[in-house]
Amino acid sequence: MIRVIPCLDVKDGRVVKGVNFVGLRDAGDPVELASRYDREGADEIVFLDITASHEQRATIVELARHTAEEVFIPFTIGGGLRTEEDVRVVLAAGADKVSINSAAVREPALIDRCASHFGSQCIVVAIDAKRRPDGGWEVFLNGGRLPTGREAVEWAREAADRGAGELLVTSMDRDGTKDGFDTELLSAIVDSVNVPIIASGGAGTLAHFAEAAKDGRADAVLAASVFHDGVFSIAQVKEAMADAGVSVRR
Amino acid sequence: MSLRVAVLDYEMSNLRSAAKALERQGASVTVARRPDEIGEVDAVVLPGDGHFGEAMRRLRSSGLADAVRAASDRGTPVLGICIGLQVLFDSSDEAPEEAGLGLIPGVVRRLDDTAKVPHIGWSHVSFGDRCPIAPPTADPAFYFLHGYAVVPSDDADVWATAHHGRGDFCAVAGRGHVMGVQFHPEKSSDAGLALLERWMAHVGTEVHA
Repeated sequence: MIRVIPCLDVKDGRVVKGVNFVGLRDAGDPVELASRYDREGADEIVFLDITASHEQRATIVELARHTAEEVFIPFTIGGGLRTEEDVRVVLAAGADKVSINSAAVREPALIDRCASHFGSQCIVVAIDAKRRPDGGWEVFLNGGRLPTGREAVEWAREAADRGAGELLVTSMDRDGTKDGFDTELLSAIVDSVNVPIIASGGAGTLAHFAEAAKDGRADAVLAASVFHDGVFSIAQVKEAMADAGVSVRR
Repeated sequence: MSLRVAVLDYEMSNLRSAAKALERQGASVTVARRPDEIGEVDAVVLPGDGHFGEAMRRLRSSGLADAVRAASDRGTPVLGICIGLQVLFDSSDEAPEEAGLGLIPGVVRRLDDTAKVPHIGWSHVSFGDRCPIAPPTADPAFYFLHGYAVVPSDDADVWATAHHGRGDFCAVAGRGHVMGVQFHPEKSSDAGLALLERWMAHVGTEVHA
């Protein structure tokens, strides 16, 4: 079954980019929002922590702890995890998976160490990729601002070989455009690895989700604003995917 | 009286959700880090996910491994979740040097890699007639997060299966009062919470029989 995953951006323990649900007591409370998404049928939740202060680890651990106590679907925490110790404390606080991005590019052996200590199944490597004018895709860091010179498909293969259990692939070309997922990028990566792929970046219409699964062959689809702004509900997305012949949990 | 359940803390994460899910169904939960903390309970739960070798080393060094075996010998019901199911077996391909708890005969093998490994996501589970905690209605989906699966020596210990790659793997294994689930009921939303409720009801009838 293809998973549908809302992504929440969190700063200092609060959800940023407001979520437009009717009847929320506190639209900035990550745990209340995650519970709401659970009731709506979300298959997982991803929290992306964008706190830039030295308090980050404390707030992220607090978030993991509260979510684990209140939300009974899996959740992943990403953003700013730099060391094995960062990963350990977030998992110990109750996160099911962690997502690492820049730290893995800077020090690929971090993936090996985390996979061997915590198991591959909880180590997600996030890859932000941008199309190259001459073909292929390049890995970018810092939200698409910092080019690395690394080929994205090649990096995906290396990350999986080193023990990443899942890859969260974001097209920086499509992110925020609502033009649809980059299915060529997704299928190029799917063809080179044997771990699940989460598609991210570009969801704008109901049809886009089924395209990511069918053309991109992604195992999960992730979106933020279309869910938070109330453009679609999780149920609508799943219904559209099912109508297109994609297996989903309902 | 509410069911007294010890949830073992052997530092393999995921403890909080399992404890909270059980409390939500009315259990009185003790988080047990030492052997003496599981002496006076009605049932024992081994939660968690992670690496088989790490899990067994921690169970052994804390003394919890012997304590679980002793509890099982006394007839205390045991429920393993994910890695907590796998450690009930004799050994695992993931860490061949580490013996498991040996409460259910069999081994743990890497999943068939004709499909993606690890197996992450929701899959339908087909429950057999022997499984005392099977759902009353059609087979619901549960959340899986694993690269290995148990292979009981005795087919009768396979209580439910799920599909992956070219075939099926064991999703629920059990032998008498010892059982385990490969999926995460504490992460399987309403279907998972209902399964934990059925396990508690089942254990309650055994305890008070």
